[in-house]
Amino acid sequence: MKKNKLSPAARREQNWAYIMVGPTIIGLLVLNIWPFIQTIYTSFCEHLGFGRYKFIGLANYVEMFQTPEFWKATWNTILFCILTVPLGLFLSLLVAMLLNAKIKFKGGFRTIFFLPMVCAPAAVTMVWRWIFNADYGILNQIFGTDIKWITDPNVVMLSCAIVAIWSNIGYDAVLLLAGLQNIPKTLYEANSIDGAGKVKQFFTITLPMVSPTLFVVMIMRLMASVKVYDLIYMMVEETNPAVTSVQSLMYLFYRESFVAGSRGMGSAIVIWTVLLIGLVTVIQFYGQKKWVNYDV
Amino acid sequence: MKRSSMESSKTLNTVLTYAFLILGALIMILPFVWMILTSSKTVPESNMIPVTILPERIMLDNFVEAVKSLPFVNLYLNTGLMIFFRVVCAVLFSSMAGYAFAKLEFKGKGLLFGIVLVQMSLPSQIFIIPQYQMVAKMGMANTIFALVFPGIVSAFGVFFLRQTYMGIPKEIGEAAYLDGCNQWQTFYKVMFPLTGTSVAALTIFTAVFAYSDLMWPLVVNSDLNMMTLSSGLATLRGQFSTNFPVLMAGSLLAMLPMVVLYLIFQKQFIEGIASTGGK
Repeated sequence: MKKNKLSPAARREQNWAYIMVGPTIIGLLVLNIWPFIQTIYTSFCEHLGFGRYKFIGLANYVEMFQTPEFWKATWNTILFCILTVPLGLFLSLLVAMLLNAKIKFKGGFRTIFFLPMVCAPAAVTMVWRWIFNADYGILNQIFGTDIKWITDPNVVMLSCAIVAIWSNIGYDAVLLLAGLQNIPKTLYEANSIDGAGKVKQFFTITLPMVSPTLFVVMIMRLMASVKVYDLIYMMVEETNPAVTSVQSLMYLFYRESFVAGSRGMGSAIVIWTVLLIGLVTVIQFYGQKKWVNYDV
Repeated sequence: MKRSSMESSKTLNTVLTYAFLILGALIMILPFVWMILTSSKTVPESNMIPVTILPERIMLDNFVEAVKSLPFVNLYLNTGLMIFFRVVCAVLFSSMAGYAFAKLEFKGKGLLFGIVLVQMSLPSQIFIIPQYQMVAKMGMANTIFALVFPGIVSAFGVFFLRQTYMGIPKEIGEAAYLDGCNQWQTFYKVMFPLTGTSVAALTIFTAVFAYSDLMWPLVVNSDLNMMTLSSGLATLRGQFSTNFPVLMAGSLLAMLPMVVLYLIFQKQFIEGIASTGGK
């Protein structure tokens, strides 16, 4: 009945709209929504092989919560975020501010800092493995140290964090630079007449004005860090004895699901990770009220 | 007096700015330089203590070795085709859907757009096991299709292009409509050509992320001849775990096409990826 209320032109518009969103919606339902439901279901199942499953209730979760390796992976993921996100954001903001000054070769610097972004993590981590190599690596040779950067369980997380920060600085700096460029120059001019120092200027103008951008970049960086996999996988192969000291939740997910073949457990791990991401996001959105400035 | 002290502090600022930037740029670039230098060394040469910086001579032996151990022609081709099809799908389907969500009225719009948002907010790993099972069931593992599969539709692309279409004044579409275009013609002939910058950004974004992706290609294509550059490198790592000159040569080969494109289209790459920022 309602349909009759639409004019012929509106009806035509609606039909075109369905045709135009059709491929996307069908694709999302088949490729994402249905798999999402399946993964939730699979996390309550045992994989019997050949894609057959048996419902076992909460057994995967019970087992998961009793596995030290799982808690270690959860802690590794959190530690990775703690080591990379604050320091990475600080350095990115520093680079962005330097690039925002009146300097020559601005474009050249930007190109260099952004370079790791277009190199596959698989390729860039390879050279870092070589730099970090304990026996012949250039880092130990320059500093005359004998640190087992990639095989010492106490150091390996730090090495991965260094590579992660190095890889992401340019990308985050470019996003922050866009935020900095939106700050009206007149604000600084008025302020410098007051004779305010650079440091004071940073805290009274720059930081509040760039805080919305900083917040977006932080959320994005945090989410990416909780999902970290490729960098750690390439740095630390499964046969490395230090692997448990550094493997993230997604690394453990990969090993459980596709190496060990326990897809039920793999699904439980990925659901746990999604809950973790959700939690982090909620905390951030509550926390932002304290420091993000949307007034200006 | 005061003026000259202000000027000298200004000079100091400039010097410090350059010093920091040059130091930072060196830290960013030196690993790549080290990669290039090592790729021209023999293994004993690379393992010298104390370290030698420059190789004794320029040689391509390590590149030959890398190409012998990994089917690089296939890897380039597979990666290129994966990127091509993912970009075409993302641009085509996302433009259509983005336009409809931004400019057309239809029932269920909110709900359907909700599906787009749900996909965007979930990490891709949550889909991987069922997606892999689908590909396996179709008997399509170890194909180009398998590599493209999760990227056939791009929720992010829809979201991003919807923003773009929302920024185009409604009057432009209405004028075309009054000129006798139907909805499809309005979209295809009038609106789509106006979104060039965004389509370029989405293309670069899709290409770079497909190229970097590691888990999906590793899972779905285990045949060496059907791997991508990224997953192929992961295999090479296992094969030459201590032969770093060959590993450096292989990595350089894998990086080269994207880096060359980047150096040519720097502005488009940086601004494109920055404009899609947040994903």
